[in-house]
Amino acid sequence: MAPSATVAGPPPSGAGLPASPPDLSPRPRPGETLIKLSLALSAGLSVLITFGIIAAVLGPALSFFDQVPIGDFFSLHDQGGRGVRAAVIPLLIGTFLTTVIALALAVPLGLGAAMYLSEYASPRARKWLKPTVELLAGVPSVVYGFFALFFITPVVLQGWLGLEVNFTNSWAAGLVLGVMIIPTIASRSEDALSAVPQALRQGSLAMGANRMQTTLRVVLPAALSGVAAAIVLGLSRAVGETMIVTMAGGAVKNNSLDPSEPHMTMTAFIAITAQGENPVGSADYNMLFAVGLLLFVVTFVINAISIAIVRRFRQAY
Amino acid sequence: MSKMPAEATANGTHTPHSEAPMTTFVSQAGHEPLPKLPPDPVMETKALNVFYGDFHAVHDVDLAFGRNEITALIGPSGCGKSTVLRCLNRMNDLVPGARVEGEVTYHGQNIYAKDVDPIAVRTHIGMVFQKPNPFPKSIYDNIAYGPRVTGMKVDSMDDLVEEALRGAALWDEVKDKLKQSAIGLSGGQQQRLCIARTIATKPDVILMDEPCSALDPIATARIEDLMLELKDDYTIVIVTHNMQQAARVSDRTAFFTAKPDKTTGNRTGQLVEYDLTNTIFSNPSDQRTEDYISGRFG
Repeated sequence: MAPSATVAGPPPSGAGLPASPPDLSPRPRPGETLIKLSLALSAGLSVLITFGIIAAVLGPALSFFDQVPIGDFFSLHDQGGRGVRAAVIPLLIGTFLTTVIALALAVPLGLGAAMYLSEYASPRARKWLKPTVELLAGVPSVVYGFFALFFITPVVLQGWLGLEVNFTNSWAAGLVLGVMIIPTIASRSEDALSAVPQALRQGSLAMGANRMQTTLRVVLPAALSGVAAAIVLGLSRAVGETMIVTMAGGAVKNNSLDPSEPHMTMTAFIAITAQGENPVGSADYNMLFAVGLLLFVVTFVINAISIAIVRRFRQAY
Repeated sequence: MSKMPAEATANGTHTPHSEAPMTTFVSQAGHEPLPKLPPDPVMETKALNVFYGDFHAVHDVDLAFGRNEITALIGPSGCGKSTVLRCLNRMNDLVPGARVEGEVTYHGQNIYAKDVDPIAVRTHIGMVFQKPNPFPKSIYDNIAYGPRVTGMKVDSMDDLVEEALRGAALWDEVKDKLKQSAIGLSGGQQQRLCIARTIATKPDVILMDEPCSALDPIATARIEDLMLELKDDYTIVIVTHNMQQAARVSDRTAFFTAKPDKTTGNRTGQLVEYDLTNTIFSNPSDQRTEDYISGRFG
């Protein structure tokens, strides 16, 4: 018989006192270790692959600069004589032109769409519109290229607007590039705007601000880092996009800043040259890697600059 | 003005069980006896009903808020007191599916009339929220925001910012760091900043939705002192879970409760009793009020 059964007083806290101190020693958990290891491996692998790509590009790029003076590479015009047309400045101009046109179209439209979806649209409208906008991101870039080549240039630019543009030109390539990155900028910016706490909007509205003031002066500054990340992502896609600019932008090295003329971009150059028969180790072959490296550096610098800008201006909540 | 010891708020809503009406919590707000109903109400609600979709949140509330008085709305969770408060400056407009019936008048004008601009309403009737919500901007820009967006004519923004911060008893603590982010302030300072931000737009009425529930007792005591100072210039309506707070600061108290619907089981908030705070806490006329303030339910 348990003697405590009849004793008045506070009941014991548990089911009963253990005979010996409870065992609290660590237990082996092999499953946990395995999972942790495989997760670390997947994280490590993506870093490893990135470094692998850099290494693979770096090798041939460095041997290119053994074969060709760096002055020939960063040059406005191809220097004859060495058997390789090494000038890269025209390619940078082509990339710059198409990207600027793309951003000029996509940033206002993408941000506008994001602000509408996040701040103005009813929940029902938003439920339909956001996936529809995101659907645009799924269109293959070759379709966009076709669209630029056979609709934007002949119908819109030459027909409706009556512009005298070349068959391939930077207007068409840049504009369609912009259309391509609108969903990226819109969707990511919308995520950033929606993540701003409702309390900030209420605070602003309760002071007598209207929706536009609330959006532009409170929500947007608070979401700036996310919005900037969205724009940089779109920009990186525009700089790296190949198909549209190859099809619709032209294959001519061109130093003019007139977008109605054809311009070859860095990516178009790589795509076109890679199809040619260039023996491994030749200067032409190695130049592909040099341009690829330059593309990588350009993207990297853009990222670094935008991070610095965001650090300076963002309003962390 | 006398201060309550800070510990008094630490009990939260749990008042000790007591059969006798609570005579210990006597309003210290008024010195001369007030008339039973506010003689010159700034705002009134008439047969106010609020629905969220099909849900009937508040049923038939008639209230009047007196000039330069503090009115407390108290009651258990879900009784509709915050909903009523948010009707007073049309913040319920922001809730999808919210619908308001009846009238809310401000100086005799129904603010739910068709030709009333809710943004204009909010410039006269400011609001302080439960959780401090300073903008992620500098202290200065937080105060200057309201005057800027409402297009107030301001001779010197610097003076206005100082005046608002002094009005919210925050100036001495922040005068050397006006350009620093408001996010770096303590919770109590942030809430006083939000009050300063509200008075910077020179409103007529200030609504406070449980302004101290996220604060510690010392910060709470400072906000309560501030409220008693502010009532010289403003009409204040406060929702609070803390009955001692209502007793300490308010002139009048409205007690709400939630009544379950017999068929649907939805709980609809209703006003049980509205009277001078002294009367509510010492001699309530409704049994439910007495049960609530003596801690028997809620």
